[in-house]
Amino acid sequence: MSGAHDLAVVGGGVHGATVALFCARAGMNTVLFERGSLCREASGVNAGTLTMQMTRVALIPYALKAHAMWASARDWLGHDVGVVVCDGLSLAFTEREAELLTFRAGKRREAGAPIDLVSPARAQEVEPGLGPGVLLAGHCKVDGYANAYLTGQAYRAALIEAGVSLRERTPVSGVAREEAGFAVQTAAGPVRARRLVLAGGVWLEEMAAWLGIDLPIKVLVNQLAVTERVEPVMRTVVGIASGLLSLKQYPHGTVVIGGGWQGKGDRERGGAEIVPESLIGNMRLACHAIPALKNARLARAWAGLEAETRDALPAVGPLPGIPEAYICGSVHSGYTSGPYLARLLAQRMLGTEPADPLFPIDRLLAPAAPPTPVPSAAGRAADEQPHHV
Amino acid sequence: MALPKPHEADLVVIGAGPAGAAAALAASRAGLSVVLLDEAASPGGQVYRAPPAGLSVSPGKRGPDDDAGDALRAGIAASSVVWRGSARVWSVSGAFRVDAVTPSGNESFFAPRLVAATGAHERLVPFPGWTKPGVIGLAAATILLKSQGMIPGRRSVVAGCGPLLAAVAAKIVVAGGAVAAVVDLSGPGDWLRALPGLARRPDLLRQGLGWALKLGAARVPVLFRHGVVAVEGAEACERVVAAPVDTEGRPRGGSLRGFEADALAIGHGLVPGAEITKLLRARHHFDPAAGGWTPVRDAFGRCSVAGLYAVGDGAAVAGAEPARLSGQLAGLAAAHDAGRIPLEAFEREAASVRAGLARMSAFAGAVGRLMRPRPAMVEAIAPETVICRCEDVTRSEIETAIAEGARDINQLKHFTRCGMGPCQGRMCGETAAGLLALQVGSREEVGYWTGRPPLRPVPLADLLGRFDYGDIPVPTPAPL
Repeated sequence: MSGAHDLAVVGGGVHGATVALFCARAGMNTVLFERGSLCREASGVNAGTLTMQMTRVALIPYALKAHAMWASARDWLGHDVGVVVCDGLSLAFTEREAELLTFRAGKRREAGAPIDLVSPARAQEVEPGLGPGVLLAGHCKVDGYANAYLTGQAYRAALIEAGVSLRERTPVSGVAREEAGFAVQTAAGPVRARRLVLAGGVWLEEMAAWLGIDLPIKVLVNQLAVTERVEPVMRTVVGIASGLLSLKQYPHGTVVIGGGWQGKGDRERGGAEIVPESLIGNMRLACHAIPALKNARLARAWAGLEAETRDALPAVGPLPGIPEAYICGSVHSGYTSGPYLARLLAQRMLGTEPADPLFPIDRLLAPAAPPTPVPSAAGRAADEQPHHV
Repeated sequence: MALPKPHEADLVVIGAGPAGAAAALAASRAGLSVVLLDEAASPGGQVYRAPPAGLSVSPGKRGPDDDAGDALRAGIAASSVVWRGSARVWSVSGAFRVDAVTPSGNESFFAPRLVAATGAHERLVPFPGWTKPGVIGLAAATILLKSQGMIPGRRSVVAGCGPLLAAVAAKIVVAGGAVAAVVDLSGPGDWLRALPGLARRPDLLRQGLGWALKLGAARVPVLFRHGVVAVEGAEACERVVAAPVDTEGRPRGGSLRGFEADALAIGHGLVPGAEITKLLRARHHFDPAAGGWTPVRDAFGRCSVAGLYAVGDGAAVAGAEPARLSGQLAGLAAAHDAGRIPLEAFEREAASVRAGLARMSAFAGAVGRLMRPRPAMVEAIAPETVICRCEDVTRSEIETAIAEGARDINQLKHFTRCGMGPCQGRMCGETAAGLLALQVGSREEVGYWTGRPPLRPVPLADLLGRFDYGDIPVPTPAPL
């Protein structure tokens, strides 16, 4: 297969771009396909929160290492994505939320996240912008945020410096297996590579189907809102026990409000529509936590797609039965943990033992079998706490 | 407090200028229940803007627009159209739900049909000093003059292109202000070429000539084929510098002319404010003659999204009277589509409106050519000039982002923050897209800002109202 690349990556979000980056730096001749521009879907429109207090327990060890990667992005990525490391608070306003917070913070602490439960007075010291009514707070020193919309610009420069052949605005219509690898189908004809990584976020389901693999991927439509620039109203990342609020003020003064409230959309249309009640509920929650926010004006709201597997744990590992084909994505809080998970996959592809276990998708493929526990993971079934607050 | 109960109608019309008012009246006359929303306190839009409550235009200063505006307001008042003023529409979703912040909080309106009649905003190609206090838009100056009888400054320069130049300058003179100069991108030849088209509306041509005579009587210097190249002053506008330009508005060398002035009213044309059709993801195409990106429509204003109609300058810039007729057509079409006007009657009524609209096209075309986008002006912007004033982004920063790989307008926004401020890209969008188009080849390649709510920045306090924590419908927690 002369002229073939060592590696073809399909999908130019944080996952695909990170795998491509580390493989190219290790000497692989790498081509990356992105149907639009780099990191303009989930990787560019998410809230940029780098928190442990909204991260799934099974992912805490990964998120901690990924947090350190984001904080030192200038060193390994070589470019700035506006990362700010600061304290984080998860608030409880009701007895039920306090119960939920106590349970969840405990589980996350067991997994390694340095979360302390603190009094309202202590929470107020950490975040003077807090409003009244806090009963209990989870306090974590490992928190912060990135400026997600800068992700594409940073990765683009890094990939080009690493010698990756970058094919933006190049949709891939399919992948065919060949004797010595894969033929990636584009409008300009097939591009051949010995190895393949599928990193298509919510579009992983149709990508896996190219190779005959049935991997159901659920689509979440997460809404976000941003205010215009305002004077400082807060200095930490603020959430609530249920995980349905993420709130922080960027150095330039805008406040980004999120938490996974659902809008409308799908794979075909993207995050097509904001649901007004959902947006209003989310913003009321934000203003309840930080009352001074009420003086701001809403500048923009949008919705982005997040991928979720059946057990809401990542799909990162080899594609079963297809040598040299891999999948990387569908990570809850994928922006936070993405760089570390993708680097692990690159380690595996480069022939070294990954520093932490991957999340192979075999568990998701047998339709009749119950979800198999993944390494050190507490699956959805392990969450015995109430689902309503 | 729960959200207020929704209001339902057969048709919601957003924007109560000539287009929206006509659409509402035509649909209402045909039997549809119609809700008409506008952010202003009274109907009229910008062209027929009413004075604030308690004020009126003194009889000696009334013009044809005042009479037309009063007639429009009387028409709405006498109809069964449900008028909701002071309603700031911030979200349009589904098919169709309209959310507006009103004096009583957020209200939702539901209808199977929607007319977007949201008017135009100004095009302003930046130059050094354009962000200084004292510099305002040409159309903005008309609003000051119309609604409050205010002049932009003690001594103003009026600059840009199109008939608004003479209108604003003459109204400043009439209101007792001084006009240091009128600086017109067009030359006498351009006006002569426009004359046959303009003559198709003798009333407006007469009005325009009247303005010109007033300016002549006041000995206001008129600089044809000139553009403003700088506004100078320590803190605010003190001096306006003009230079000769070529046919495309590009400075072509030659002697600079400076005018002492504390105000500059300047506008380089109008851009359709098509935010609602973009938000609803209707198909759009780039049409310079209509002012820029415009929704694809049939002859009745029907968009590619079923039940959505776009009319007036918000869909394609053509002026007040074509706007009124396009609104009337869409109102009739909405009633017909709802089964309230049989085909034959619809076609008969529509035919006479369409004939009227056709008679307007020569006039609108002539004005459109005078106010057309001039890409060469964008090309001539100096590197250090601020393009996005909300976020302080210069041309050279935009050029750097393009060199770093930005290829469409939304990507450029990510790279630079251009368009992320409170104007939501309305001020900078045309220029930023023009700069990008110079590199990637066309405005079609560049695309347009993705439509997102809120349609205008909205204060959270007004939007959220009073609420108790227990009433917030917090969804099921994410999995642990």
